[in-house]
Amino acid sequence: MSAAVSVTGLTKVFGSHTAVDAVSFEIGAGGSLGIVGESGSGKTTVARMLVGLERPTGGGIAVLGRDRSTPARGSAERLRRARELQIVFQDPYTSLDPRQSADSAVDEVLRRHTRLDRAGRAARLADLVDQVGLTDRQARALPRDLSGGQRQRVAIARALAAEPRVLVLDEAVSALDVSIQAQILNLLADIRAATGIAYLLISHDLAVVRQLCDTVLVLRRGRVVEQGDCARVLDAPTEEYTRALRAAVPVPGWRPGRPAATAT
Amino acid sequence: MTVPLLELSGLTVEVPAEEGPRPLLDGIDLSLDAGEALGLVGESGSGKSMTVRAVTRLLPRGAEAGGSIRFQGTDVAAMDAGALRRYRDQGVGMIFQDPRAHINPTRRIGSFLTEALTRNRGVARREAEARAVAVLAEVGIDDPGRRLRQYPHELSGGMLQRVMIASVLLAEPRLILADEPTTALDVTIQSEVVGILDRLRRERGMGMVFITHDLDLALAVCGRVAVMYAGRIVEVRAAEELHRRAAHPYTLGLLGSRPSIDARAERLDAVPGRPVSAYEAGTGCAFADRCAQVRPVCRERRPELEPFRGGLVRCHRVAELAPAAEEVPA
Repeated sequence: MSAAVSVTGLTKVFGSHTAVDAVSFEIGAGGSLGIVGESGSGKTTVARMLVGLERPTGGGIAVLGRDRSTPARGSAERLRRARELQIVFQDPYTSLDPRQSADSAVDEVLRRHTRLDRAGRAARLADLVDQVGLTDRQARALPRDLSGGQRQRVAIARALAAEPRVLVLDEAVSALDVSIQAQILNLLADIRAATGIAYLLISHDLAVVRQLCDTVLVLRRGRVVEQGDCARVLDAPTEEYTRALRAAVPVPGWRPGRPAATAT
Repeated sequence: MTVPLLELSGLTVEVPAEEGPRPLLDGIDLSLDAGEALGLVGESGSGKSMTVRAVTRLLPRGAEAGGSIRFQGTDVAAMDAGALRRYRDQGVGMIFQDPRAHINPTRRIGSFLTEALTRNRGVARREAEARAVAVLAEVGIDDPGRRLRQYPHELSGGMLQRVMIASVLLAEPRLILADEPTTALDVTIQSEVVGILDRLRRERGMGMVFITHDLDLALAVCGRVAVMYAGRIVEVRAAEELHRRAAHPYTLGLLGSRPSIDARAERLDAVPGRPVSAYEAGTGCAFADRCAQVRPVCRERRPELEPFRGGLVRCHRVAELAPAAEEVPA
């Protein structure tokens, strides 16, 4: 069985700037990889190339064994790619259509990607709404009448409607209040356990990655610093940069007070 | 008895709405001594930013404040225009989440940093620039002389936040109000900026109110932490004791919600529901609808903020719920 996602030597150059530099990784079926990095690390560019929003300068991307490093030829190919891999962005307020209720957003995806009739779609919609923990009333509401956490549930339901095998989560829990973030992290873990979907989580938050991912890749200035099993990389990092990232996270007993490092 | 640097008693803020005034802050009592750092921690709508806006009398249009705010014993609400200007200039200094929104992008860093000194305090330009260079060096910016001639867009977010801190230090206020000052920064930069802020604050004996959604960050930077929910304070505790002695169900919920960098939890102890604002809270405890320990009394009567195990807790059931083992000193 082929990997859910296989990326080799992926590179993206913008003008004279190499945003992503020969990045390779693999996510097994049902696996969960976290890509962590700070601003300018290229983590979001990797996500955008996977979804087809950016065209790689070099290297290969395969999802479920099929190449997608060049643009899709024709609408059938584009549809198939969308069915295989979906994305949830950080801010559902800008990624959802403000005039479209949650149920109509999900129904639109069901009409495009499934052959269900009206009754079948209604049943699937009810399942999805239930799965992401929305009430029927919330499902009929417009995005502006929902809280941030509820909107992110809508975005997840919409992404899942296509029954993708891979879900890219681009800082998908970063903007949420901590009590809501915990609900969504539990929800995402439940969905993976129930469906065997694979996750690619883009995040700056090491604790969130540890909670949701099996493997992790540390990215800095477009290059892979370190990658491997989450527990191994976070508990016994071999690279100085990974250690610095980890040491910068406030935990009980943590004290700032590093001498005024000269900024560059 | 010494007068506290900042004292809030029964502070309320209301904004007008169709169905009548809407409370945003519902009776805040807080006291901060000179040189002390206090963390205000809470989620959306908890009122933490509104508290700071009330302290500086920078409330949204139409908002009404009640209760009292005293700065070094002086009633802030009673200050006339001149006193208010001096208070905002030399009494309190504010650091915001997004420095780009608070620094004029069309003016050079040097002009931003020296304006208050030359215009309000009659400091000569050359002297003001010398002070700016010195304070930029203190916040860890190299080649400060060159920075003075740069524009904000030439600096990264982390550098610009250091400039913001430098501008506050130049005014030499007695109190720093820092509203999510590192939330927009990368984690390694956050660590540096918070370290700088902490060191300089201690060196100069300034008080600080540090607002954040990140409980562990607040515990690292502050001596005492106040947890807010729905426009009320629900728990106040010494930072070093909070992990061990937190007693309010909401504080415990915040602690259980946050994933750990050291181990994956089977499931996070997520608090159900969503954070509410003061105007959505019922007559009883604002947290009642999300609380696993709720009893009828919680919905009927509003709990008061009362002493409990070295801190203050606003919960009817805290005495019966807190495990006795936590009484044992560590």
